[in-house]
Amino acid sequence: MVRMLNLEIFRYNPRDPDSKPRMQSFYLDETENMTLFIALNRIREEQDPSLQFDFCCRAGICGSCAMVINGRPELACHTKTADMPEQITLMPLPGFELIGDLSVDSGKWFRGMNERVESWVHTDKQFDPDASEERMENHVAEEIYELDRCIECGCCIAACATARMREDFLGAVALNRIARFIIDPRDERSPEDYFEVVGTDQGIFGCMGLLACEDVCPKNIPLQDQLGYLRRKMGTHALKRMIPGTESRKMKKRKRDA
Amino acid sequence: MTQTIYTDLLCIGAGLAGERAAIEAAEAGFRVIALSLVPARRSHSSAAQGGMQAALGNCIKGRGDCPDVHFQDTVKGSDWGCDQQVARMFVENAPRAIRQTAFWGVPWNRVQPGRSFFYQGGEKKEKEEPEESRGLITARNFGGTAKWRACYCSDGTGHAVLYTMDNKAVQVGVEVHDRVEALSFIHEGENCLGVVARDMKNGELRVYLSKATLIASGGFGRIYRASTNAVINEGSAQAAALDTGVVPLGNMEAVQFHPTGLVPTDILITEGCRGDGGTLLDVNEHRFMPDYEPEKAELASRDVVARRMTEHIRKGFGVKSSYGDHLWLDIRHLGEEHLKTKLREVHQICVDFLGRDPARDLIPVRPTQHYSMGGVRTDKNGHAYGLSGLFAAGEASCWDLHGFNRLGGNSLAETVVAGMLVGENIVEFLKEREISFDTGIVDDFVKRERERIKDIVSGDGRENVYQVRNEMQSVLMDRVGIFRNEKDLKLAVEKLQDIHARSRQVGLRSSGRGASPELSLALRLPGMVRLALCVTCGALARTESRGSHAREDYPARNDRDWLVRTLAFWPEGGERPILEYEPNTSVVELPPGDRGYGGAQVISADKDGS
Repeated sequence: MVRMLNLEIFRYNPRDPDSKPRMQSFYLDETENMTLFIALNRIREEQDPSLQFDFCCRAGICGSCAMVINGRPELACHTKTADMPEQITLMPLPGFELIGDLSVDSGKWFRGMNERVESWVHTDKQFDPDASEERMENHVAEEIYELDRCIECGCCIAACATARMREDFLGAVALNRIARFIIDPRDERSPEDYFEVVGTDQGIFGCMGLLACEDVCPKNIPLQDQLGYLRRKMGTHALKRMIPGTESRKMKKRKRDA
Repeated sequence: MTQTIYTDLLCIGAGLAGERAAIEAAEAGFRVIALSLVPARRSHSSAAQGGMQAALGNCIKGRGDCPDVHFQDTVKGSDWGCDQQVARMFVENAPRAIRQTAFWGVPWNRVQPGRSFFYQGGEKKEKEEPEESRGLITARNFGGTAKWRACYCSDGTGHAVLYTMDNKAVQVGVEVHDRVEALSFIHEGENCLGVVARDMKNGELRVYLSKATLIASGGFGRIYRASTNAVINEGSAQAAALDTGVVPLGNMEAVQFHPTGLVPTDILITEGCRGDGGTLLDVNEHRFMPDYEPEKAELASRDVVARRMTEHIRKGFGVKSSYGDHLWLDIRHLGEEHLKTKLREVHQICVDFLGRDPARDLIPVRPTQHYSMGGVRTDKNGHAYGLSGLFAAGEASCWDLHGFNRLGGNSLAETVVAGMLVGENIVEFLKEREISFDTGIVDDFVKRERERIKDIVSGDGRENVYQVRNEMQSVLMDRVGIFRNEKDLKLAVEKLQDIHARSRQVGLRSSGRGASPELSLALRLPGMVRLALCVTCGALARTESRGSHAREDYPARNDRDWLVRTLAFWPEGGERPILEYEPNTSVVELPPGDRGYGGAQVISADKDGS
């Protein structure tokens, strides 16, 4: 029995003066192994060529196609229609500027985030082209990679209650990024440096611990662990700052203690 | 009024090659803007999984590796189609380039001392890494290589390197204008002056004027119906270069099919699976590759494995499915732990898209379009033929490192090595470059694009843009695929010429306002068909088989007549490309010989025929 899917899709083209925000209904016969990538492209090609949405790798790797699927932020490309009821409601990801329909401007948001947390290795060393690489234990490389797997899809931001209430909240993606640099021995930032970036209500102390971020992360990154770790680390650091004489910019990083 | 933005270096593309070159220029104090169809980190570089080739020789199975061995593998892999001077530069610089990415933050997997098991062709073997190598960058096995040389971060290598590269680009202030597409190159006489671009957030045109322009826009695999490429890989920058009439595309007929595209979604399953000991099975679950390739089996070069798989399917040993015949990839024996650490993307893709667990189930695969060896022809410095101030690097270019078949892991390496070397050359070029911009010329180019858009939006075209695109994709798939012959290629040229005419008669069914996806494709489509014609005409003219270009009617590699590179030019208003040829290499370090796999006949270049 072939199912007839009913997709309710948010429509609005801010560049078209005649366009008003609304929901539009599309019907589509389901095919074997159908994903929302296939479904949305068929709707665009067969029914409404003005429909805007974003896909790139369509393999769950690039993070382009996050949207709210039946109330839950998720990557559309790896969402199989067979796992969904016949009624599928698609909304653009909240928290990001709308470009049109299901397409949002995640590029601008994430560039800003990367600049805010200074998402790069801070070091005074110079690269020596003639030297062998610095050694690193494989388990350290794997721990960094585990957090580096984030694809900046924005699901964690869309699902975050704090991010919905305050626009300047960094969100799990940024806090995870900081955690990734804290465990990277190549990054020479001190706890105080990290504290300046995330030791605020826009950072780790804004997190209410609801953990929807971890629930919706399509890459299953252990965000809860990172948030807990950062809260303890930054909390301890805040205390030390309050006690005269113990505050020190040169305080050793966790990785050097270990 | 069209917004005009001035910069020193303009990169078309913000993937690995574009950003690596951009970083070089930004660090030298130049202003750099990168245009990208998507946010930089969503570039297709992120989809590279298995690894990056660099002859570090750190792990025990890479012991004795050096640039010379890497060079030989690359030239043999290219079926002697590459430029050997470029291959030499590449292998010598790959170790430095990869170590630099380690310095910038890439979490490369490292050597762990001690005994461990690995699989080779389904057989369990043991190796022991010495203590002295502890913590150095390790490598895995890949096809067509004499040593384990593919450095990796699990199977998310491209992602990890791209994130680090973009981190660095943010740090040094490279501006990325995402969702901006270059429509045409502004050029006057022999100089490239920049581009006319379209902002895909609002549909507006914009002019970028630059002292130097780099094409680093990736491949054009989406001219084929089934491709592992991201949906953005439609080759619009290459087509715009071709449209200048003076910049040729090199070896466009050299198109790589990856042996293991997933059925039915065509998603890439990394060569790392076979490198780590995975095997290919047929309908009877028989491991057939050793029957064809006793020496290399599953780890012959990609062109050879893809052909052997197709041959085997044609003999009736494929697995029937509603999506056509396929074969099986078996990685069950590698064990759950290996799959969840070293091949976790593959594991997730199988679970998410097939509902299959590769630790227990076989993976349905078949050869799928994967890589474009051809592209914007450049000299060894990355400077495009035909226009001063225009450069190209990475998959978009024909530098020409890969000849007629690229080795797995050499593309990711090419992006950072070419990005670095071409970036250095661009910096030298920029130091000397002074140029004036004629606003009249610029306005003419803008007017041309404005009129194209007006014609599509309110002209009397009737063709459906998706239908015409689909027909082009089917022609290439059915007639310009893994095996080629004169009859099919001639028919394909005929059909594509008709499709080319129709692609310029597209009418929109939507308003075309704002970021109209239908208009975007309508603007792109004629250029895509021209690329398709370059591929097909090049393939028809090349009456030999070399690397990925396999002619059923000319099965031998013909070194006597075809040690040449195809250069395709598009004459203004023309219906098909003009083909010219040049010697494929100025330096011959490794004379043409036997690849050691593939079993093809060779017509020797020597006069005595030996």
